[in-house]
Amino acid sequence: MQRIIKLLVKGEEQIQINTWQKLINITLISILFAAFLVFSFISIEYNLRMETIWQYRSKFISGFLLTIVIAFFSLILSLAIGIILAFASKSRFLPLYYFSKIYVEIIRSTPLLVQIYVFFYIIGTALKFENRYVMGVIILSIFSGAYICEIIRAGIDSIDNIQIETARSLGFTFFQRYRLIIIPQVIRRILPPLAGQLASLIKDSSLLSIIAVSELTRNVQEVDAINFAVFENYIVLTILYMLLTVPVLSISRRLETKFNYET
Amino acid sequence: MKLNLKNLNKSFNDKPVLKNINLELADFHSLAIIGPSGGGKSTLLRILAGLQKPSQGEVLINGIKLASNEKDLNEYRKTLGVVFQSYNLFPHLTALENIVLPMVHAHNYNEKNAVQRAKELLRGFQLDEHEDKKPHQLSGGQMQRVAIARALAIDSKFLLLDEPTSALDPELTSEVLAMINKLEEQQKDLILVTHEMGFARQSCDYIVFIADGQVLEHGQSANIFCSPQTPELKNFLNKILEWR
Repeated sequence: MQRIIKLLVKGEEQIQINTWQKLINITLISILFAAFLVFSFISIEYNLRMETIWQYRSKFISGFLLTIVIAFFSLILSLAIGIILAFASKSRFLPLYYFSKIYVEIIRSTPLLVQIYVFFYIIGTALKFENRYVMGVIILSIFSGAYICEIIRAGIDSIDNIQIETARSLGFTFFQRYRLIIIPQVIRRILPPLAGQLASLIKDSSLLSIIAVSELTRNVQEVDAINFAVFENYIVLTILYMLLTVPVLSISRRLETKFNYET
Repeated sequence: MKLNLKNLNKSFNDKPVLKNINLELADFHSLAIIGPSGGGKSTLLRILAGLQKPSQGEVLINGIKLASNEKDLNEYRKTLGVVFQSYNLFPHLTALENIVLPMVHAHNYNEKNAVQRAKELLRGFQLDEHEDKKPHQLSGGQMQRVAIARALAIDSKFLLLDEPTSALDPELTSEVLAMINKLEEQQKDLILVTHEMGFARQSCDYIVFIADGQVLEHGQSANIFCSPQTPELKNFLNKILEWR
């Protein structure tokens, strides 16, 4: 029994995996997943009609492209929000400091779904701002900006205090310390979690379907209402999201190992 | 160099760390500050380095009073070299870049001259084969030696070293101490906080003993180590030398 547990949770030793082991294991697990799906379909006697997807391909494609566009603009805007919030959280001017703290706290402690409703139907309506695409990007950015703020703040905090002392002792001014010492290191350290955040952003954009932004999920819901091919539609939807998120996550992992030994 | 401390006090959150220090030292080249941990040695060095402001009192170095506003203090910091216990080198820069960056940005050297001078220094200390390595590829001793080279590169008037070997094993310690010794032979002025009593005795010409925020004893190193006067220093030296 002890030996089995040891085999399953080998924590301390570094395991060496060669390419063959990797390939065989990945194939095995994939087959297992596929078999499970196929078994499920067979047991509920579902009749797959994949041809219906082709019929509505333009809906899938336009939704897919809009999801990319929304994620792209949201990433840029949320980066800007995150950077401003991160510096505000380092500010000695208390109103700025508390604004940043409370903002991050509220956003991180409430569901995105609720935020979308509140921002779109209450705040958006009150301000007479009704372009749902622009609102969608803004809402997602407000949401993601809070997380990016935390990523950046943690990045700045991870720079050892003695480094800043050293920079001061060398005669660097405040701005030089940020420009030459802190920011270049922070960028390297936050790139991996930022890439992870982009993957989340891509997935979270699906919630904009509730305010009728015709991104991927919304379009698939509309197709679904016409062809009633639930499984087919959502299988393709899943694959399309993975087409975006899997490469982003693998880049994130690669950046992580790359910068791991550098700092 | 000359050092003059008048009624120097420093406290953190009402907790006194330096208690009314008065000290007048004229004409020394290398000064070692010794004493038990938590006694205020590092705090004194950080005040001398212009990194912390005294709560009260004044500091005169070579007859010039230490500034109290940040701008003048920054100008003052540019005239000296400081080496800390560890993490002196910026991890995102190579050894060479670590030396060149402050020369170019804080001291207005042009890039080409800075690189040339940095390379000369690294060669002088047999570090030239490491110039393109990042800190994580260097040993602790090599990192400290590069940090000292950086402090020299800017033509600093004097060096301040805060326990530069306390994070190193004995072999690397002797490598770094040899480098400091070489500077002393070249009559470079320096102030060093250290636990290496053997080194302080052999190669520093003046010793200040600080315990509990006060200067309890100071004098020529031969006198301090051969005939300590206060019971605190006797006790301290006995403890430190017990295992040697």
